[in-house]
Amino acid sequence: MDKFNKLTGIAAPMPLVNIDTDMIIPKLFLKTIKRSGLGKNLFDEMRYNEDGSENPDFVLNKPAYRETAILVAGDNFGCGSSREHAPWAIKDFGITCVISTSFADIFFSNCFKNGILPIVLPQEQVDILMKDAQKGANARMSVDLEAQEITTSDGDVINFNVDAFKKQCLLEGLDDIGLTMQKADSISKFETMSASDRPWV
Amino acid sequence: MTAPKTLYDKIWDAHVAHQDDDGTCLLYIDRHLVHEVTSPQAFEGLRMSGRKVHSPDKTIAVPDHNVPTTLDRTEGEVKNEESRIQLEALDKNARDFGVHYYPVDDVRQGVVHIVGPEQGWTLPGMTVVCGDSHTATHGAFGSLAHGIGTSEVEHVLATQTLIQAKSKNMKVEITGKLMPGVTPKDVTMAVIAQTGTAGGTGHVIEYCGQVIRDMSMEGRMTVCNMAIEGGARAGLIAPDETTYKYVKGRPHAPKGEQWDMALEWWKTLFTDEGAHFDQVLVLKGEDIVPTVTWGTSPEDALPITATVPFPSDFEGGKVDAAKRSLDYMGLEAGMKLTDIQIDTVFIGSCTNGRIEDFRAAADILRGKKIKDGMRAMVVPGSGLVRLQAEAEGLDKVFLDAGFEWRLAGCSMCLAMNPDKLEPGERSASTSNRNFEGRQGRESRTHLVSPAMAAAAAITGHLTDVRDMI
Ligand code: SF4
Repeated sequence: MDKFNKLTGIAAPMPLVNIDTDMIIPKLFLKTIKRSGLGKNLFDEMRYNEDGSENPDFVLNKPAYRETAILVAGDNFGCGSSREHAPWAIKDFGITCVISTSFADIFFSNCFKNGILPIVLPQEQVDILMKDAQKGANARMSVDLEAQEITTSDGDVINFNVDAFKKQCLLEGLDDIGLTMQKADSISKFETMSASDRPWV
Repeated sequence: MTAPKTLYDKIWDAHVAHQDDDGTCLLYIDRHLVHEVTSPQAFEGLRMSGRKVHSPDKTIAVPDHNVPTTLDRTEGEVKNEESRIQLEALDKNARDFGVHYYPVDDVRQGVVHIVGPEQGWTLPGMTVVCGDSHTATHGAFGSLAHGIGTSEVEHVLATQTLIQAKSKNMKVEITGKLMPGVTPKDVTMAVIAQTGTAGGTGHVIEYCGQVIRDMSMEGRMTVCNMAIEGGARAGLIAPDETTYKYVKGRPHAPKGEQWDMALEWWKTLFTDEGAHFDQVLVLKGEDIVPTVTWGTSPEDALPITATVPFPSDFEGGKVDAAKRSLDYMGLEAGMKLTDIQIDTVFIGSCTNGRIEDFRAAADILRGKKIKDGMRAMVVPGSGLVRLQAEAEGLDKVFLDAGFEWRLAGCSMCLAMNPDKLEPGERSASTSNRNFEGRQGRESRTHLVSPAMAAAAAITGHLTDVRDMI
């Protein structure tokens, strides 16, 4: 998994509440054999018109937001199904940090498994960041995971909380597999023992 | 003296590579079976993070769900684009990562749960996983076998371990003996009819008792195959002489000194006297009769002599579920199960696609013809089952009776390949799931044993096979 430490980039405002996994990546795109390549269908129904052309009003289609790296979103982001395609699509688009007042549980933990930092903040602070994000290309925010700080384009600093273990995993780029690999010694010890006890396996 | 252990406890204990303070374990995996549907994103994950397959030697890949089973399948290309892409992805992944691989044109190819045991990959006391719920099949050998999700497939590929918490122990004992015409399929369906589809949830079931002891390995695999339909994490049967005899001489079974060593350990794999089970179910073998399903859940199973139930026979949420099932299945409550007309018969799948299943069906069909207009097919569980059946002349029996004789694959067990039911069509099927849409959109499935499937093919309706023997 990619490490996450410091990120400076454009933040896009999506004040809509209850953005569900179907809006993030519609069912139609789940038949893929890949987890990469989903970025072009991120928010597909809002992002494209019926004829496949871009909807110029959708935030990520506006020139100022095409390089969005941070999403400031409305309450209860990521509700719906448990599909991991949602964080895969967000990541593939290039967004690695989502800020909201709350997230759906499974989506929240899926983010950490995929190198995305979801940040929960109180309403007033999300409001401040939402306003900041509305400044378009001028809204270059910084997120420092180590220091647990967000710096707005004006230089104001907002602190956030994050679970210590999850923070460590993101900083070191450890997913479940990475964590298990830290126990590689136990595994190889087991293999050595098993090779002599049960050599036929 | 250590506390008495169940068979499950023993296999579990022998595979814990690491234990966290909260009891979560890293369970070492001896065999990882892989098919084309649940593995592509897992292999892609490895590529994206630059990881390798930890033990390609313990990883076995077989395409099965999407493969066409018609005789000309190696000539044309697979028409459905998604199926083709999945098959191509498996082919590339298997070769790139260097795992054992049985491609579509290999005579050993077949349903992954039939190929594993047939090639001697599955052995007593092992841990076996696959991104497929019917991995439970391998429990017939006294190996701890269960299905996993795609992210776990990637975890096993990368580390050869699985993060696991231990399940509870459940014992299902079948005493006495089976009456003529009653088969392992009837046993496993009768158990689910008793426990319900959630009865085994959180448990690993050990099947035991005289009926199980008297069963062949094929029969035991049928029983364990459907453990998952009872909600269990896995099904297990302690290995014995029948097991050793089946395993001995298979391509990947131990040989020589290693065989002796293995055998010595395998003989310790049984539940100790006095070991604790969290749940126990006992059925009398003599009470089990040929069983069929009427609804859209495997627990909707009844003796063939029964009638279709009324929703009012049930309680709570099951009342509405039964209504919905009857409606979907197009059945009248109160009608005799033997009055249900069938238009398609499917014999095959990882539940009943082995040689013994075909012998049982052929015994009923020999010298007879299937009903006019009936569509009937036999799909071997592997290329080797097909060859064996042909060597015994069973293909002739099926063809003479009017069945199609196909190549190996999952086929009509699920609607992922060209073998499907049309909306409203009704099958007697030897597979394991009768869910809505399982065999095609608006398909209607009645789960039966191979002998019962053969009987229905002849008469055109669900039939008590005991009237034909
Ligand atoms: S035969 Fe059916 S149940 Fe068995 S693996 Fe194939 S699709 Fe699954």
